[in-house]
Amino acid sequence: MSPSTDFAQTAQQREAARTIFERGAPGRRASHLPDMDVPTRPRDELLPARFRRAQAPKLPEVSEPEIVRHYVRLSKRNFDLDSGFYPLGSCTMKYNPKLHERAAALPGHSRLHPLQRPERAQGALELMWNLQRALAEVAGLPHVSLQPSAGSHGELAGVLLTRAYHEDRGDARDIVLTPDTAHGTNPATVTMAGYRVVGVGTNADGGVDLDDLREKATDRVACLMLTNPNTLGLFDPNITEIAEIVHDVGATLYYDGANLNAIMGISRPGDMGFDIVHFNLHKSFTQPHGGGGPGAGPIAVSDRIAPYLPVPLVSRTETSVGPVFDLVGDLPKTIGRLRGFQGNYGVFVRAYAYICSLGGEGLRRASEVAVLNANYLRALLRAPGVGEYLATPFDRHCMHEFVVSGGPMKRELGIRTLDLAKRMLDFGVHPPTVYFPQLIDECLLIEPTETETRETLEAFAQIIQEILAEARSSPETARNAPYTTPVRRLDEATAARSPILRQPL
Amino acid sequence: MADEVYPEDLRYHREHDWVRLEGDEAVFGITWFAQDALGEVVFFEPPAVGALLSADTSYGELESVKAVSDIYAPADGEVVAVNDGVVGSPELVNSDPYGAGWLVRVRLTNPARLDALMDRDAYVAYLAGLDQA
Repeated sequence: MSPSTDFAQTAQQREAARTIFERGAPGRRASHLPDMDVPTRPRDELLPARFRRAQAPKLPEVSEPEIVRHYVRLSKRNFDLDSGFYPLGSCTMKYNPKLHERAAALPGHSRLHPLQRPERAQGALELMWNLQRALAEVAGLPHVSLQPSAGSHGELAGVLLTRAYHEDRGDARDIVLTPDTAHGTNPATVTMAGYRVVGVGTNADGGVDLDDLREKATDRVACLMLTNPNTLGLFDPNITEIAEIVHDVGATLYYDGANLNAIMGISRPGDMGFDIVHFNLHKSFTQPHGGGGPGAGPIAVSDRIAPYLPVPLVSRTETSVGPVFDLVGDLPKTIGRLRGFQGNYGVFVRAYAYICSLGGEGLRRASEVAVLNANYLRALLRAPGVGEYLATPFDRHCMHEFVVSGGPMKRELGIRTLDLAKRMLDFGVHPPTVYFPQLIDECLLIEPTETETRETLEAFAQIIQEILAEARSSPETARNAPYTTPVRRLDEATAARSPILRQPL
Repeated sequence: MADEVYPEDLRYHREHDWVRLEGDEAVFGITWFAQDALGEVVFFEPPAVGALLSADTSYGELESVKAVSDIYAPADGEVVAVNDGVVGSPELVNSDPYGAGWLVRVRLTNPARLDALMDRDAYVAYLAGLDQA
């Protein structure tokens, strides 16, 4: 039975739409502090007037039940991995085991002060050191820094390392190559690091166009940023040749770890010829990341890049009383610090818990099942009733994710990929990534991950089939979806043209 | 949203840009197909007046709810005017791509270049070819 399309906004929904700023009353408080029992000091002594605002901010004034209900209401309106299937391509929305949350919540981890002296934080440093060793093994590159705190931050670190490496050799270069199947943040990273982006084309098999690469690989090129498998979900079999072309002109080869979930324990970027790798611990090694963080984007590098790594690094020294761990900052050629303190430690704990509970064999198995699940779902979507409307542009096995084109659906049924995605919400699943990568018309990028069951994959394919069947007789239904969500189709154009980015306080 | 049309009096570039010759000046814009593929346009970053545009290279950006896309110059020329109407109301590109949704007016530096562009029928055939791909 398909979800109801007969929707009217009820009083209950109107009530739910009120923001925290539309609730409460002046003077209302969730907690009451006792009277001051220490001498007060003049405000000017504590904070000069020029740093203070003239008027008190207009913060919400609500009771404890009001604020608790506000957050519980928001949490119920959220969609998350604990609620349902979330096949968001390129984002690796795998299930996050609760065991990891327990480990991260242990007081020794959660209450560790970031300014704690290293000799008082030996356990935490040992965990970080062990995590570095494990990541080095997965990458096939010997040196690791845990500092970057997001995938994009790891990318920036990697390109800054490339810059430091070339400048140290007195070799000025100004271009970074990115394929048009690159992860979306790559061009932004390149620009932010002061380089110019030059795109490299894609061949008919969905890999790097080698002729185009040869033509563009000059001694002005500092680096090629590559995602392998790429955002089409395809592994580039020419990777060693690509590495050779790049290294022959003296450039570095950068591995964007966004798609590492396809190859963990099977092949290693270092063995393919990459110099720098970033990991998305929050993707490949589990961590809730639907709300944009916190994340961790450690980097692994080869010997020639190691002198420039960000500091501090975690060191391990064997002594008569056993190993001693420390933070080391005196690297003469370092690019410096990338953030305060030592990174998002809670993410390290979860990633380390994941690696320890799976082990090397388990990581390999996770990648194998991720690839198997993606190929199974891809095959299901080629079945009659779906395959006519969603084209699979490359006739080869995919890795951990795959693209389909809604082009035929748009032409035959008059509904777009966005309509299909919005209608999926009414069936209780999160839609895949849409309209990325851009080189596929009306693209859907689908990444089921290894943590989903066969039944879930089959149910998802069934949902798509039902939506397409429905669109044959009534395309309007999808065009006006969703109907059952807390808010209906959002006016994204107005939101982008006239954004209200802050609540005046 | 406008109906799918490709006027006879325009020349077309394979990156889905059009050019309309008006004396020794020309007007550039994007085709119905381009605005349809982009979706609702939310931002236009124009070139500066006086900028020199080279054929086949990007001269500005259009941002839609889906993506940011380069706009390619169909011919060489110097920008003599930018459509401030589209800067203020980017949705004109969707509602009237060949009229109020024009992007820039240029003084052509190499008018012969227009001969390399497609006429309406060739462009429509080119679009049909893309559909098959």
